[in-house]
Amino acid sequence: MSNTERPLSPHLSIYRWPITMTLSILHRGTGLALAVGFLVLAAWLVSAAAGTVEYEEFTALMSSPFGRLLLIGWSFAFFYHLANGIRHLVWDAGHGFEKRQANRSAWLVLSVAIVATIIFWVLA
Amino acid sequence: MAEFRLPKNSRIRKGKHFPAEGATNVRRFAVYRYDPDSGENPRVDTYEVDTDNCGPMVLDALIKIKNEIDPTLTFRRSCREGICGSCAMNIDGGNTLACTRSIDDTRGDVKIYPLPHMPVVKDLVPDLTNFYAQYASIKPWLQTRTPPPPDRERLQSKEDQELINEPSACILCACCSTSCPSYWWNSDRYLGPAALLAAYRWLVDTRDEATGERLDELEDPFRLYRCHTIMNCTQACPKDLNPAQAIAETKKMLVARRY
Repeated sequence: MSNTERPLSPHLSIYRWPITMTLSILHRGTGLALAVGFLVLAAWLVSAAAGTVEYEEFTALMSSPFGRLLLIGWSFAFFYHLANGIRHLVWDAGHGFEKRQANRSAWLVLSVAIVATIIFWVLA
Repeated sequence: MAEFRLPKNSRIRKGKHFPAEGATNVRRFAVYRYDPDSGENPRVDTYEVDTDNCGPMVLDALIKIKNEIDPTLTFRRSCREGICGSCAMNIDGGNTLACTRSIDDTRGDVKIYPLPHMPVVKDLVPDLTNFYAQYASIKPWLQTRTPPPPDRERLQSKEDQELINEPSACILCACCSTSCPSYWWNSDRYLGPAALLAAYRWLVDTRDEATGERLDELEDPFRLYRCHTIMNCTQACPKDLNPAQAIAETKKMLVARRY
C-alpha cells in the first residue's frame, strides 16, 4: 500500500503550541507586515514629494482611527521583530538553547516589544 | 507550499464510546483510530478506564484498553521504560513516550494521536520509512581514512567522549522531528532534528575523519537550513536532548570552515 492512500495524522489542529513556537510564527508574521509597512512608508515619502495637498491627504488618512491602528500594529511589529531578531542572533552564536532559557527569552522578547510599543506611542 | 488542511481521507470523524461500568475513579482516553481495512476515515474513540486498577503511565492505560476493552487498538510498545522509543505518540498535544508519561500529568480527557503529520499505518502506528531513510542518509557510522593502530582500538579521551555522550543518547523515537513545523511542511527535503542530531554526533566525534564530506552533505537550503529555531524539537524530546542546539552548532561549523 502506498503512502498516498494512507491518511495523514493530524498536526496543527492537535499540537499544543509551546510559547517558542508561537513566537517563531509571530516573527515571520511581523516580518511580512513590515515588508508591507515599507510600502506605506514609501507612499508617505511620495506624498511629501508630490505636494502639500497630497501630503495632507496622506497624513489625514493615517491619522484616522483605522490608520492609527495600523501604525500601532506596525510599530509593535517593528519592536517585536527587532527584539526577536536579536534573540535569533544569540541563538546563532550558540547560546540560550536550554528549554528554560528559550522560554524565558520568549517572554522577555514579548514584554520588551509590548513595553517599547507603549513607550513609543506615549512619547509620539 | 505548505498544506495546512488535512487531506480528505484523513479528516477525523466521531468515533465510539466505551463506558466503564462500576468504577469509581474513571479517566477518559480519547484515542485516534484508523483501520486500513475498513476504507473509512480515521475517528476518535473514547475509552473510560478504571484508574484504581491501572498502572500510572499512559502506556499502562493503553495496554489495559487493549487487554480488557478493545483488542483491536493498535500501537507500538516494547521496553516500557523510555529506552526503546517505540511508544512515541502525541499525548495531550505534545509528542512524548507513552511509557514515561504519567496519566496524572494531564487534566481532563487524555487525548492520544499518532506522531503528527505522518502517514498512518493503523491507529497509533505511523509509517517511519522516510524517517529511517533520512537517518541512514547521514551515514551514522564511523568513517576513517587512516589505518587504525595495529595493537589497539581507536582510543578517545574522556573529554572527547563527553562531546558525543548527549547526542548518542538519542533513541530515534521521532518525537522531535514530528513536532517540527518545518518537518511537517518539508519532510521530503528537510532532514529534521533527529537525523541532524545524529549527523552532529558524528561531526563532533574526534575519531571520525569524514567531517568535511559530512558538512558538504548538510550544506543545503533544505537538508539543514529549513531549521528556523522553532525549538519544538528540544521542547518535545523525552530524553531531554537538545537537537536545536546541535543544529545551531552545525550551522556554526559551516560558517567557521570558510575562514
